[in-house]
Amino acid sequence: MNWTLAIPEIVLSCCGMAILLYGVLSRGNAFFMSSMLSVGALLLTGVLVLSTDAGSGFFGLFITDAFSAYIKLTILVAAALSIVMALGYAEHANMQRFEFPVLILLCSVGMLVMASASSLMTLYMGIELMSLSIYVLAAFARDDLRSSEAGLKYFVLGALASGLLLYGISLVYGFAGSMSFDALGAALADPKKVSAGLVTGIVFIVAGLAFKISAVPFHMWTPDVYEGAPTPVTAFMGTAPKVAAMALLVRSLAGPFSDLLGQWQQLIILVSIASMLLGSLAAIGQSNIKRLMAYSSIGHMGYALIGLAAGTPAGIRGVLIYLVTYVFMNSGTFACIIAMRRRGRAVEGIADLGGLSKTDPGLALALAIFMFSMAGIPPFSGFWGKYFIFSAAVAQGMWPIAVIGVLTSVIGAYYYVRIIKVMYFDNAEPAFDARPASLSFVAAASCIFTTFFFLFPAPLVAAADAAARALLG
Amino acid sequence: MNTPMPGMGDTKMVIGLGHYLTVSAILLVLGIFGIFLNRKNVIVILMSIELILLAVNLNLVAFSAALADLAGQVMAMFVLTVAAAEAAIGLAIVVIYSRNRGSIEVEDVTMMKG
Repeated sequence: MNWTLAIPEIVLSCCGMAILLYGVLSRGNAFFMSSMLSVGALLLTGVLVLSTDAGSGFFGLFITDAFSAYIKLTILVAAALSIVMALGYAEHANMQRFEFPVLILLCSVGMLVMASASSLMTLYMGIELMSLSIYVLAAFARDDLRSSEAGLKYFVLGALASGLLLYGISLVYGFAGSMSFDALGAALADPKKVSAGLVTGIVFIVAGLAFKISAVPFHMWTPDVYEGAPTPVTAFMGTAPKVAAMALLVRSLAGPFSDLLGQWQQLIILVSIASMLLGSLAAIGQSNIKRLMAYSSIGHMGYALIGLAAGTPAGIRGVLIYLVTYVFMNSGTFACIIAMRRRGRAVEGIADLGGLSKTDPGLALALAIFMFSMAGIPPFSGFWGKYFIFSAAVAQGMWPIAVIGVLTSVIGAYYYVRIIKVMYFDNAEPAFDARPASLSFVAAASCIFTTFFFLFPAPLVAAADAAARALLG
Repeated sequence: MNTPMPGMGDTKMVIGLGHYLTVSAILLVLGIFGIFLNRKNVIVILMSIELILLAVNLNLVAFSAALADLAGQVMAMFVLTVAAAEAAIGLAIVVIYSRNRGSIEVEDVTMMKG
């Protein structure tokens, strides 16, 4: 049985329920206290993840290895950063409800289960726990029409994607005869066992997961939901769930389906190229910065998929490094976006950033660093993420996709640099309101990571390397 | 399958795995079309989602019986539970949406575009 492997998940879900109870029973507003407790619970879970041994438990449904530990720590950091960001946002937006951190905790439990899934059943349960929490979070500002519309759209399309994923699971189960990743891998090693029904099932599963990472052609929800959801929720949706879904895609394709590389590689390459192109071209015309970040995230997932398409340990290592740098860039950028607030009202236009370098040089510098990093300009961390991905693709002889990746990042640089131009060279708009310390903290922490990653890359690269080797053996 | 005899009442047909898969595929397609071709009401979308999940359940149970393996039926139980939770959350979101918008017509869900 070996249930001790799941202690981080068990502790985190118990903490979530205890904090929920505390919020219900306490008098007065429990938002601040329950947020602090939630960050504490995430830290505790992080320590537990680090001290959990590698192994397989629950009759092969659940696995812990270097890969799952790496992904889990990334998810926990991203969730903690979003809760801290929401502290500064909630007091203005009438969102000071203790359910918010609790929902993020429950969502994190789902994502941790996803990172440890070693059976299609665990995979589905993790995804659903994550998705159901995010549907509620997207509609969290319940008196705001845009937020409830975002929740509705995300719910309908998300439920459709879960349905397709589930149909794929049923086909794979039926045609390969098992749900466990180990048994699937053993069964598929024999090429004669690969039937059309099985390949159809895999395509359905990839489609369902591609929806969760918002890769083209399953990206339609992204701009609307990013724009409508409350900004801390957007920051959360853009980081942790993407990491978890990407991890699941990597674990299932590089694990049980690795012998079918020829079947899924073309699919991943197509999705990746389409995502990179759409992410860089469609963002050019945007004037709302949250919509722009939505297209930017579509593009980033396209780059990360290149590493998966390479299918080598170096490619997987590239994906893992890319995800961590992406989490920090994205969290920092959203901290800056939440700080855009004038006379108590949130503003989201790119034009509202005009002359920010004169009214708030610190914020302008931080946002400029994040934008340079997203565009992939050295020495910031975003460049190194792309470097590891592209070098893995070239090592596999996949020149064309690497060249397309470089070209689309050049196109993408146009709109990232445009934001910097607006901040530094346009006429000054009125200054933003004073920002809460929590936002400055998130922006500064992400900024330090993004800027100085190139000085100390060894620990992260070594961890990603160990994780990739744990997966591919 | 026995050979059919025209005009005789004792024609026997065994319902096999293929029949179940066909029905479930038809249900899946109906559900997907219900979501995309529906121009009227959000509630119909919720019903279509249930239809998709039920198609999957039929598939899982049929495979489970054909493979003589219990995992498919266990999974079907999980799917039923998740479908209930999903319907609850979906209806809650539809309620707050209709309170803010005053309508649940699909064509009115157009606040954000691009």
